[in-house]
Amino acid sequence: MTAPAGTPRLALRGISKRYPGVLANDNVSLSVAPGEIHGLIGENGAGKSTLMKIVYGAVRPDAGEVLWDGAPLPAHSPAQARRAGIGMVFQHFSLFDTLTVAENVLLALPGVTDRAGLARDIEAMGEHYGLPVNAAQHVYSLSVGERQRVEIIRCLLQKPRLLIMDEPTSVLTPQAVERLFATLRQLASEGVSILYISHKLEEVRALCSRATVLRGGRVTGTCDPRQESVASLSRMMIGAEPPRATGAARQPGAALLEIDRLTMPPLERTGKALDAVSLTVRAGEVVGIAGVSGNGQGELLALISGEDRRAPPQSVRLAGAPVGGSGVVARRAHGLAFVPEERLGRGAVPVLGLHLNTLLTHDAGLTRGGLISASAIVALAASIIARFDVRTAGPTAAAKSLSGGNLQKFIVGREVVKQPRVFVVAQPTWGVDVGAAARIRQELVALADAGSAVLVVSEELDELFEICDALHVIAGGRLSARIPVAQASVERIGALMGGGAETEGAHA
Amino acid sequence: MPRLEARPAPSPLMGYLAPVLALGLTVVFGTLLFLALGKSPVAGLRVFFVTPLETLRGWSEVGLKMVPLLLCALGLAICYRSNVWNIGAEGQFVVGGIAAGGVALLAGADAPRAYFVIVLAGGIVGGLAWAGVTAFLRDRFNANEILVSLMLTYVGGLLLIYLVNGPWKDPKGFNFPYSKTFDAAAMVPRLFPGTRLTWGIVLAVVVLAAVWLFLARSKAGFRLAVAGHAPLAARFAGFSAREGIWLSLLLCGALAGLAGALEVAGPLGQLTPQISPGYGFAAIIVAWLGRLHPGGCVFAAFVMALIYIGGELSQSRLGLPAAITGVFQGMLLLALLTADTFIHYRVRWR
Repeated sequence: MTAPAGTPRLALRGISKRYPGVLANDNVSLSVAPGEIHGLIGENGAGKSTLMKIVYGAVRPDAGEVLWDGAPLPAHSPAQARRAGIGMVFQHFSLFDTLTVAENVLLALPGVTDRAGLARDIEAMGEHYGLPVNAAQHVYSLSVGERQRVEIIRCLLQKPRLLIMDEPTSVLTPQAVERLFATLRQLASEGVSILYISHKLEEVRALCSRATVLRGGRVTGTCDPRQESVASLSRMMIGAEPPRATGAARQPGAALLEIDRLTMPPLERTGKALDAVSLTVRAGEVVGIAGVSGNGQGELLALISGEDRRAPPQSVRLAGAPVGGSGVVARRAHGLAFVPEERLGRGAVPVLGLHLNTLLTHDAGLTRGGLISASAIVALAASIIARFDVRTAGPTAAAKSLSGGNLQKFIVGREVVKQPRVFVVAQPTWGVDVGAAARIRQELVALADAGSAVLVVSEELDELFEICDALHVIAGGRLSARIPVAQASVERIGALMGGGAETEGAHA
Repeated sequence: MPRLEARPAPSPLMGYLAPVLALGLTVVFGTLLFLALGKSPVAGLRVFFVTPLETLRGWSEVGLKMVPLLLCALGLAICYRSNVWNIGAEGQFVVGGIAAGGVALLAGADAPRAYFVIVLAGGIVGGLAWAGVTAFLRDRFNANEILVSLMLTYVGGLLLIYLVNGPWKDPKGFNFPYSKTFDAAAMVPRLFPGTRLTWGIVLAVVVLAAVWLFLARSKAGFRLAVAGHAPLAARFAGFSAREGIWLSLLLCGALAGLAGALEVAGPLGQLTPQISPGYGFAAIIVAWLGRLHPGGCVFAAFVMALIYIGGELSQSRLGLPAAITGVFQGMLLLALLTADTFIHYRVRWR
């Protein structure tokens, strides 16, 4: 701490960065004082990640400068940034699954050779900041929350003076978020500056003493988030308050999707085994599955969609028909439609046009004698684009040319126009801007209003509370009993997400 | 240290221009090569790119070489578009030739003129079966199709050598490792008198149109494309991964086998240990030079045929070694791969 008092630890002046076709950062300035927890908020695509990569030295800005203790940081690299005292915990973890915790940390600390000492340091550091870990454990056996602890400890062992946290809570339960916040406050009180990147406004209000808001690459406000409301922050972030989906009261009908005591080992070694999962979705209702990702959602969805067909026939039923061993096409014939979490590469073929991408899940009327009718698929794509307000160059534009939100609208629309009897959708609004997200939620509710059974798997509790009639929670491959939304609270769901009690095994 | 950095948006136009660029580079390096060998580059390049096209007979020879190259390349393009890395078209060609030759040797003197149709069918079945071995091992045991198809190429070549040295050797052939020459009824009819060109080229045009239609318009072709571009999307859509493996390999085997049959029942007229001057391998270059597109493969097969003929002519006219053909093929492939690399990456000097 050689700089004179009052000098910000980090100051950005007029940072601009242009990528082909998009101005990611436009004349962005912000400063972070020693011991300050500074929020950086903005929607997906607002330029937060680019800005942090510039600070961390992974990307070079086109204009502007990065000041560290008042002195310009020259064009630098992540290694130099670490030496200067900048640590970063990434949104997607950068740990090697097959190595132990200590080995992973060792890789980030060149020059350290005393492994036993390092293991002690790791555990001592964890003790001090309330981040308990076992240094000898292999990373693949750790939960997501534990992996994040390892990432944070790895950063802290490098004695950072600025810690950048990129969307750290997207993989955590509400309780784990509280523990993380306690750790961050302790670090700040010891003089470490923290840049906290998030699009969750409640969290920023709870944690940060100052915040910079980005929209479209530009700073739209600097404020004390504790003095702001979610509504006022959201106005700065998106320019309007988010609309909400509202559903009419519905009368649930016949059970259209039933999962009955489904137990299944994972296909891949790193996957999650499912343990006696049971659930029922009736006509005219929206059922949600909450949970931190990686707790068996992907495995369950593949068993429902038919991509994985190892299930006993009776354990997956569509409108009463046993389909556990049937393939994707047969289940589609029973009225199932599915939107996977991964849009590019699974829900759509990136290099093919939208018109051709309709052929992934549509067939009737689009082919004649084995040949594709070009006019029919273009017309279908055009109707989806028009009805769901998809912003694209046209029905033959390549799927990869669309923004994430618009592609998601297209993929959801592609299934909704079929009026599926059973609609299963994973992370329907992940990475989608607020307006498009509201639109997608309205479509899900409308489908249930029209008598379909809708199952939504999401990490966003707010979303599930907004559109669902009932919730389940998945944790460690086990599914909780059904909880009507009226009786659910964030605390109760959060406890279940952490793998707490109340899981119910078989019930017929 | 220079390093390669991925371009955010590779130019599609350059993707199509790369083969032309590669051809230009090959000419430049060819010029340097002729200079280094002490030959006139003008005379050298003339032998490759002008002399073969000066006479009708020259054109017919180009056409004769284009047929096997194009048929194999079309089959390989189907495979590569489906993400199935078959590099054994050479073996499928050879076994197709063996099967066709076996059928041809069975023809009696009184066989009807249409007997050659059965010969061609034999070739198709032979190539199909050989590719089927690769498909089976990949499907059943998840064996790597690159290794299996390549190794089976050598097995096929050795099988041919065994047959022409053993059971199928012409007893009146002065102990040369050749089969009997086929009866006239087993031979594919000539297209024009005075050239060696057969009806095979017409067949190749029909196949070209069919493959084009298959890839561009058929649902099965679409399923293959999805499997190639995005295997997870294919699984999501419910397209069978096994179908992709079997269909693309069997189609390629059938086309390569047909090419082998057209060769032995066409210009060769008998089985010899060398029924292919590497057509199946050269077709890999043809497929990529043609951007895995049927129309592009025609252009690429034409260029490759010129290189084959130019290589033969430069032995007789310029006294260059036979390796010149391989050198030109190699330069073309290297230039194409280099051009493709710079389309997808740019150099950053650090």
